[in-house]
Amino acid sequence: MQRIIYFLIRNKDFILFLSLLSICLSINISYNEYNKSKFLNSSNSLFSSLYNTKFTISKYFNLEYQNQLLMEENRKLRYSVYNPKNINLSIRKDKISFNVTSASVIKNSYSLSNNFVTIDVGINDSIEIDNGVISSKGVVGIIDKISPNYSRFISILNTKFLLNAKLKKSNYFGVLSWDGMNINRVQLSDVPKQANVSIGDTIVTGGNSLIFPKGILIGYVESFKLDNSENYLELQISLATDMRNIENLYVLKNNNLKEINSLDE
Amino acid sequence: MNNLISNIFLALILIFGQALFFNNINFLGSINPLIYIYFIAYFPLKNNRTLFIFCAFIYGFIIDIFSDTHAIHAAATLTIAFFRTYLLKLFFGMAYEHQVVKFKSIELKQNLFYLISIILIHHFILFSLEIFDISKISLIFKNTFEVLISTLIGIYILYELLIHRAK
Repeated sequence: MQRIIYFLIRNKDFILFLSLLSICLSINISYNEYNKSKFLNSSNSLFSSLYNTKFTISKYFNLEYQNQLLMEENRKLRYSVYNPKNINLSIRKDKISFNVTSASVIKNSYSLSNNFVTIDVGINDSIEIDNGVISSKGVVGIIDKISPNYSRFISILNTKFLLNAKLKKSNYFGVLSWDGMNINRVQLSDVPKQANVSIGDTIVTGGNSLIFPKGILIGYVESFKLDNSENYLELQISLATDMRNIENLYVLKNNNLKEINSLDE
Repeated sequence: MNNLISNIFLALILIFGQALFFNNINFLGSINPLIYIYFIAYFPLKNNRTLFIFCAFIYGFIIDIFSDTHAIHAAATLTIAFFRTYLLKLFFGMAYEHQVVKFKSIELKQNLFYLISIILIHHFILFSLEIFDISKISLIFKNTFEVLISTLIGIYILYELLIHRAK
C-alpha cells in the first residue's frame, strides 16, 4: 500500500498530465462523433457579448464594401419590381414558403478546417436549428447552435458540411463538400458522368433537403474529372460568396417543415 | 506575489491578443500565428510543476472557447507544458540542472532550437486533433509547417521585446 502511494506521489505530474489529456481527447472525440458539446462555443452569452463589442468597433472599417453589396442587391430587387415579367423568385412559385430574417456576422472564421460563424439573431428572432443561411451572393451555411440572442452556423468551409446541389442547366445532382485545402474552392462529387458539364456552369442548391429553397446560387464550375470509380464526376467549384468578407446575411426558415416531417413519422 | 500578478496579467493579454487580433490575421488565406504559446515557453523556470501543468490546461481551454474548437488547444498546450522540462534539459543540459539558466542571457542558437521544438510539438498535436483524419496527413504537415514559421517569428519578436531588451 505504502509503495503504491509513493509511486503515485513520485509520478503525480505524469498522472495529472495523462488524466487531463484524456479529458481533452474525450471532448474532442465526442465532438468528432457529432455529439456536439452544448456549452463550449462562442454563442454563449459571455463570449458573444465580448465579440459583439469587437464587432461594433471593427464593422466601420468594412462599411464601404458592404454598402456596395447592399446597393447591388437593391438595384436587382428594384429592377424586378419595375419589370414584373422578369420575376424569377422560385421561392414564390413553390408551395413551400420560407421566412427570411436578416442577420449580421459577429464572429467569422475561415482559417481552420472546421469553421463556424456566429451571428446576432437567435431564438428570440424565431431562428431554429437547421435553418439555412445565405448571403446576397449565395449559400454560406446551416445553423447548428442557438441561444436567446445569438446563433452559430456551420460554414460551407467546414469539412463536415454536406449539401445537396445540382447543375443549373441539366438538373444532375451531386453532394457538395469541402476538402479543407482552398477557401475559395469546394467540391461537388457523385455527379453522373452523363451530365454534360462544362467549365463555368452554374451550381445551385437542389431543393431536396428542405433547408434551402431550390435554385440558390452556390458557385461556378472551375474544373472537373472522373473519380476513382470512373462512373461519377468530381467537380471543383469556385464559391460565389467570398467567405472572408461576409457581414449581412439572411436566415431562411422553412414554414412547412413540421407538416412535411409529420408525414415521415 | 508581484511576480504572480504580472504573470496573470501577461496571460490575460496573450489570451485577448490571440482571440481578438492574431486569430484574424489570416496571412495568405489561412495562416494565423499562435503567439499565446509564448506564455508556456518562457514561464519562469522556478515553479511548481504540477501547478504549472494544470494552469497550462486551463489556459489552453480558454483559448479553445474563444476559437470555437473542442479542447484541441488545451491538449496541445498541456503536452508542451509537460514536456518542457525534458526539452530544457535537452537543450541547456547541465546549466539547467544546476539552475543557472536565465532566459535573458541564453544564446540565439539554443533559444531557436528550443522554440522550434516546442512549437513543432504543439502545432503537430493541434492540427492532428483538429483535422482528425489520418488520410489527410499531408494537410496536417502543410498546416503545421506554415503556421510554425509565423508563430516562431511572432514569439521571437515578443522575446526580444519583453525579455532580452528589458534588462
